[in-house]
Amino acid sequence: MAGIAEPTLTRRPLSRRTAATNEPLAMRLALIGVSVVFLGLFLVLPLLTVFGQAFSHGWRVYVASLTDRDALAAMRLTLLAAAVAVPVNVVFGVAAAWCIAKFEFRGKSLLTTLIDLPFAVSPVIAGLIYVLIFGRNGWLGPWLSAHNIQIIFAVPGIVLVTLFVTFPFVARELIPLMQAQGTEEEQAARALGASGWQIFRRVTLPNVKWGLLYGVILCNARAMGEFGAVSVVSGNKVGATNTLPLHVQFLYEGSSEHHIAAAFAVASVLALLAIVTLVLKTMVEWKTARQMVPGDDLPFGEL
Amino acid sequence: MKLSFTFKQPSVLPGFGLTFGITLAYLGLLVLIPLSGLFLRSATMSWAEFWETVSDPRAVASYRLSFGASAIAAAINTVFGFIVAWVLVRYRFPGRKLMDAIVDLPFALPTAVSGIALTTIYGPTGSIGRWLEAVGIKVANTWLGVIVALTFVGMPFVVRALQPALEDLEAELEEAAASLGASRWQTFRRVILPPLLPVVLAGFVMAFARALGEYGSVIFISGNILGKTEIAPFLIYTKLEQYKYASATAIALVILLASFAVLLLINLLQWWGRRWRTRGV
Repeated sequence: MAGIAEPTLTRRPLSRRTAATNEPLAMRLALIGVSVVFLGLFLVLPLLTVFGQAFSHGWRVYVASLTDRDALAAMRLTLLAAAVAVPVNVVFGVAAAWCIAKFEFRGKSLLTTLIDLPFAVSPVIAGLIYVLIFGRNGWLGPWLSAHNIQIIFAVPGIVLVTLFVTFPFVARELIPLMQAQGTEEEQAARALGASGWQIFRRVTLPNVKWGLLYGVILCNARAMGEFGAVSVVSGNKVGATNTLPLHVQFLYEGSSEHHIAAAFAVASVLALLAIVTLVLKTMVEWKTARQMVPGDDLPFGEL
Repeated sequence: MKLSFTFKQPSVLPGFGLTFGITLAYLGLLVLIPLSGLFLRSATMSWAEFWETVSDPRAVASYRLSFGASAIAAAINTVFGFIVAWVLVRYRFPGRKLMDAIVDLPFALPTAVSGIALTTIYGPTGSIGRWLEAVGIKVANTWLGVIVALTFVGMPFVVRALQPALEDLEAELEEAAASLGASRWQTFRRVILPPLLPVVLAGFVMAFARALGEYGSVIFISGNILGKTEIAPFLIYTKLEQYKYASATAIALVILLASFAVLLLINLLQWWGRRWRTRGV
């Protein structure tokens, strides 16, 4: 399985270092120092900058920027895109994981690779391919305009590209997890007379619920934060087809001091979302780590 | 062709037809058909026309910047990512878990947000840009800015690729090397590094692939100066804005084919890595 995106849940056994196979204290401190400085400069500083700039003109400007009519419209559109993309991709992800992890068929590894494809495509190209189909000069353009349907530079286009860029997240979390679990439990349930839906609800789902949640968290973060692909198909109509990240750009390019503070205020909402995502992700990782039996190769439950 | 006979191995579990159908239909409609549209559209151009577009000096400058900056950023991330992964797996110190969690920030932070934040930090009055400006280094609106942004987005890949591989290393091998008189550096060079090499390379290539297509975090800090700091995805965007669909499609095809080549390389590296590990060093 090729991976250009978020790595899947990994097992973290305790490290077993002995004094003979460790570096001298000075070396250890130096390496830790390098890591702290590198991550501090590249990750922590940008995060602090977002909040610092957001409040640089005080609370009032901050609140005003967030309760602005256009900002609220952008928030609604972002929530709408995520509200469609996440459930649809959960259904797809579960279906894909079920057929790939529980059955043997030809072309399985090809199918798995194809599911990862959207990760290899530049967001701008993801937007472009939909413009080529649904745009005014696209394949379906004449038919769509004859029937007065607008997809590009409208909300449906934004939802479509969001579906595209978040397509693999749930599937790629579930597939390795469900593969590792094998099919014995499901076969036993089948032998006891359970229906397909019952098997999934009662046997498979409890085993993979944390992995599923993990996929949903990542899928949601990307759905709300996507910029490039949405930018191509949105048409940037303020108050109508601007999502939160696009609204950040619009305000930032307004380039008056006030606009920049407003851009960072909106950006701080997205940064907060990122922090919540990281916290949830870490919690899920701890939760799954606790379920694992040390030294056991089967990460979840018992057979 | 006896497809129905050989296609799938028999199983008592239900739902294959339904789930396989959903998967294939959704994948086809959302991903495969739209992507193949890009190939079909560029096939409507004549070869001369296509070549003229993709070899235009402005386009070539954008490839050079995109590929060059992505490679440099991935190299920076490989060096520092190795150190961070090493520290996270091998050492215990206060704040380690926080450090581990924050590595994923570039995955979680929307690219537009990191874009404007980095631009502010490295701008002439920014917290870092101010000091760099004083010694004559300009980051914002130069290719250095592109590298900074691409380093940010590619940061987690090497770390997350290396962590499980570092954990899988057997302490016994290092103990054996030490007891045979190897210095710590010799042990690192001869015992620890070789089995990690495919993983390090895979991490490098993943960071490179991500950087190649990146748009949001770069366009603010790069300034998009014509022929100088335009990355390829930005050029595609510009052509689209000018309704030059054919040019946009041709340049997109170049980048897409490069991305697919990289994807293939990642698959090969992961296969190589698995072989390394199963062979048991």
